Amino acid sequence: MSDALLTVAGLGKRFGGFIALDGIDLEVRAGERVGLIGPNGSGKSTLVNCLSGILQNEDGSVRFDGTALDGLPAHRRTHLGLARSFQLPKPFGSLSVAENLRIPLLYTVDGRNGVRLTESDIAQRCEALLGMVALDGKARARPKDLTQIEMRKLELARAVAAAPKLLIADEAMAGLSHSEVDDIIALLLKLNEAGIAVILIEHIMRAVMSFSERLVVLVAGRKIADGLPQEVVNNPEVVRAYLGE
Amino acid sequence: MKHSHFWLAAAASVIIVFAASHFVSNDYFFFAGYVVLQYIVLAEAWNILGGYTGYINFGTSGFFAIGAYSSVVLHKLWGPPIPVLIVVGGVLAGAVGLAMGGLTLRLRGVFFAIGTLALAIVVQTFITNWDFVGGSRGVYIIRPPSAPLLGTYIHYLFLVMLALAGMSVAIARTIERSTLGYGFAAIRDDEQAAEAAGVPTLKLKLISTTLSGALMGMAGAPLPYYVTYLDPASGFNLSYAVNAIAMPLIGGTTNWIGPLIGAILLGTIQQAATVTISSSLNLLLVGVVLVFFVVVAPHGLIGLYRPRRKERIAQAERKVA
Repeated sequence: MSDALLTVAGLGKRFGGFIALDGIDLEVRAGERVGLIGPNGSGKSTLVNCLSGILQNEDGSVRFDGTALDGLPAHRRTHLGLARSFQLPKPFGSLSVAENLRIPLLYTVDGRNGVRLTESDIAQRCEALLGMVALDGKARARPKDLTQIEMRKLELARAVAAAPKLLIADEAMAGLSHSEVDDIIALLLKLNEAGIAVILIEHIMRAVMSFSERLVVLVAGRKIADGLPQEVVNNPEVVRAYLGE
Repeated sequence: MKHSHFWLAAAASVIIVFAASHFVSNDYFFFAGYVVLQYIVLAEAWNILGGYTGYINFGTSGFFAIGAYSSVVLHKLWGPPIPVLIVVGGVLAGAVGLAMGGLTLRLRGVFFAIGTLALAIVVQTFITNWDFVGGSRGVYIIRPPSAPLLGTYIHYLFLVMLALAGMSVAIARTIERSTLGYGFAAIRDDEQAAEAAGVPTLKLKLISTTLSGALMGMAGAPLPYYVTYLDPASGFNLSYAVNAIAMPLIGGTTNWIGPLIGAILLGTIQQAATVTISSSLNLLLVGVVLVFFVVVAPHGLIGLYRPRRKERIAQAERKVA
């Protein structure tokens, strides 16, 4: 794919003698919706951490929007337009919900391409983001006062506040009810319609199948399948990895 | 209130307090007031790194003593006026803060705290073995008997420390309400999430250690003129490190007003205890007060106020709805 937004080539990561990722190749096009699945311990979170800069890969390379990411700290990757949400929400607990969104606006969007944000620009963007995730009534609340679904939405809104080109949503639906999962899928689709490419890491197959245009499967640190969702879930190797022999 | 208005208010407060102090005839007020003001600077300085950024510093006495001993060196070499000593002390302690940050900021929690304690011990060992500044014997500094326009020299030292206290409060408040302050808060709450939100955490932590160290050094710079005899035991006294931590914890660590309240409260109680009971009671007093606050008000005095304020806002919003 020549128009790839993200290109991962031969990515490898070890923890001591344990090989967490082994030669991962992956491409994501601008505006694409990619599902990433795999059993527990397959390396999904390690891959996300390597892409977002929380961990540094030992082998291979990562390019994003024409820039080599290898060695770059996480905040520089966010500046370039690669944002992520965390599997366990990590809100800034001492700040209000609205202030949580101010952080990426101040540190990522303000000054990007030489455009400075005024205080009213920031307030407007916060309001719009809160409206988008239906948290407009909670702007002054502390994260500890939010419900599980609200916390998940705040996590996604904070990632989106950085105005990313690619959003990596790491198990954004874990622990949610059926209707709440639908809410998050609708939100991710809305973000995708706005032009943001999304990598969805998820165990809930209903969500992955309804959301993804393409499905990638990791098992034991290796990519075993990459293709259309229906084809991938019928792939014998994938079935064997999930259900056993 | 805008930053510029706050700075003007801080300057006005300094002038008013100093003008009012002329109605006090007892010089002890100025000696005691100097110590309380010095603790305001130390508490605000500690809070920039410990409270705003979430990195606990046990090495306050090291930075404070760098300021004090840089004044001793300059006094012996040249004898410049105190404002110059304060600037030099601040620059040196800030540089050490930056170096310490570079060496230790990949550490977190208790490991970072132990690193700062080790730094204070290294600096103390260096000073103890440096003859030029008196080594372990200590050094006498003869201060001028009076200051131009102000009368006795202790009035001048009081004014200097009052101005430093006003400045440190204004700096702390400016940082808290700025982009830098939001970045510090993000680091304190979750460093990985802060990085993911675009905050350059390493750079901000270096800014925090530098600013905090510089203010501590500035607080220490006039010390030789205050005590007139400085030795490592007094320059690196444990009480500086303990008080610098206890005062923000008592007042509240997430804003500028907490350390101010804590320093005034604890500093005044200590000074009162010194003259009425015993000076050696001070650290015990800090311990007792700290245990009381940890149990009764773990978020400091400000933490007691906030839930009530939140309830009032909620009530007002319910009325509007």
